Amino acid sequence: MYQLALSRMREFYREPEAVFWVFGFPIVLAFALGLAFRNTGPGRLQVGVLAGPGDSAVAVVLDSSPRLVATVLDTATARLRLRTGRVALVVIPGDPVVYRYDSTRTESGLARLEVDEVLQRARGRKDLVAVRDDRAVAPGSRYIDFLIPGLLGMNLLGSGIWGVGFSVVQARQRKLLKRYMATPMRRSHYLLSFILSRLVFLIVEVVALVGFGWLLFGVAVRGSFVTLAGITILGSFSFAGLGLLVASRAKTIEGVSGLMNLVMLPMWILSGTFFSYARFPDAMIPFVKALPLTALNDALRAVMIDGAAVTSLGTPLAIVGAWGAVSFVVALKIFRWR
Amino acid sequence: MAVAGLDLSVGAGECFGLLGPNGAGKTTTIEILEGLTPPDSGDVEILGTPWREGAAGRALRERLGIQLQETQLADKLTVSEVLALFRSFYRQSHTVEEVLALVELEEKRKARVVTLSGGQKQRLAVACALVSKPELLFLDEPTTGLDPQSRRQLWEIIRRFRAAGGTVLLTTHYMEEAERLCDRVAIMDHGKIIALGTPKELIASLGADHVVDFAPTEGGIPADLVEVLRQMGGVSAVRTGSDGVSLTVVELHRALPALLALLQQRGVELSLLTTHHATLEDVFVALTGRQLRDT
Repeated sequence: MYQLALSRMREFYREPEAVFWVFGFPIVLAFALGLAFRNTGPGRLQVGVLAGPGDSAVAVVLDSSPRLVATVLDTATARLRLRTGRVALVVIPGDPVVYRYDSTRTESGLARLEVDEVLQRARGRKDLVAVRDDRAVAPGSRYIDFLIPGLLGMNLLGSGIWGVGFSVVQARQRKLLKRYMATPMRRSHYLLSFILSRLVFLIVEVVALVGFGWLLFGVAVRGSFVTLAGITILGSFSFAGLGLLVASRAKTIEGVSGLMNLVMLPMWILSGTFFSYARFPDAMIPFVKALPLTALNDALRAVMIDGAAVTSLGTPLAIVGAWGAVSFVVALKIFRWR
Repeated sequence: MAVAGLDLSVGAGECFGLLGPNGAGKTTTIEILEGLTPPDSGDVEILGTPWREGAAGRALRERLGIQLQETQLADKLTVSEVLALFRSFYRQSHTVEEVLALVELEEKRKARVVTLSGGQKQRLAVACALVSKPELLFLDEPTTGLDPQSRRQLWEIIRRFRAAGGTVLLTTHYMEEAERLCDRVAIMDHGKIIALGTPKELIASLGADHVVDFAPTEGGIPADLVEVLRQMGGVSAVRTGSDGVSLTVVELHRALPALLALLQQRGVELSLLTTHHATLEDVFVALTGRQLRDT
């Protein structure tokens, strides 16, 4: 079994493409998304002032606010910039002053409040109640903090299913499985060797992604590393089992690719990798929560962001474990050995 | 059904060949014997034990060496890694170095499988079968598609294995290979055994030890001439095909001059005239009326 696992690992690291997709790709993805959604604070909102009488006076007033940048625009440019999101809101000076904006956009709503505040104050509105800002930065509230655990979960899913699925089907297609059957090798050893070799790669995957997030974006692991390791091992086993199940009957690479996408695509979208699954309708949530990747992502985020203890993660971990155990047993039952 | 009503036994220390054209059922037969394909009916005993699932089956597999026809070993592993892997399946086995020496692949030990030539890959496949120190070696078309030199190298490996006391069961569609290697052969066609015996016996069953093939330059051979040929002294069989006539003769030195004289007398010009010692190929043609290769 040790030799089998060793062979699996050798075959893997001698395949440069596979190494990139498993280790490199998630890091590139994390880097790109981390840059795109980096938190620069609330920033200054871009607003437009429609050219016309009194435009520059309004623009100067708005520009004086530390949170607004105002530009005077003609009608056509204003419409274009509003549509493409380059400005959050367009002010049309006059009486009454008109705010033109898209009310479904968060930024525009903010701009509406801020612009109104600045303009009203400039005309002498006074605060009726004394207020004070207490700015608190909640730890782990950035997008990258949310993203890294999700990518980790997605990566475990992908490498589990691809890593196991493709090599099983390839061995079957090349009649290598049949050749192994002609030796005294135990069948369970063959299947377990996949899990064992996955375990070794798991360490590299987790260290690479978590280390990357920590070094570049300061994404800390607030919970214990032991818990994190335990969860990723469980997740990895579970997905390796799922990979075996996917590959248990398929005879061709094409056939298994379709099955893999069928399994993985819904989970990528539904399981809260890139955005919270709370955005889905309430009726879907129980179904989404029953998916192994959702449960794993939840557990990973609880440990990395909230520093949760393993005892509080019973439900998601049970879901992950159950998926793995059931698919492994079913895979063993229906596995096509030739 | 690929194979039906096969009944044969192979003795210890013997080299037994299953011969026949593609699709004759050789591979099905050998895979049933290897315990890879369960037979629909009938009994198989290997080394005195029937195939069983679980521990008994594994104990039996410890004693066998198997090379399958279509196995492609992992491309990215090196020769010695593949052997180390197969070696790990057995309780008793040759070391990697020993088995490399057996198949003369020492120089390739660090080469990846994907870089090997066809003959080297085949020798590696046989090495994987030999690594377990088997008592019984199954080889399914070990030399198909190989160049003559690689084929001879494999024959040499098989000979050495037998010299050390091993039993071999192989399939082939090269009659020459069977004649050289096998003590006994079974000729298969359409899933049935149509002849069984030593190569010598089978060739002797033709009733003559030489074959004369000839073809006229134009037109066919008149039917009455065929009749005359049949009556000729020393000729035991006459077959006419689209590309000429084939005579099985006992005494070549008498039959050939007589044949030439007869053809000259009838004014038949020849475009082809060859003679050879009768082979298993001729046995197959005699039994089925078909050439082995073009089926």
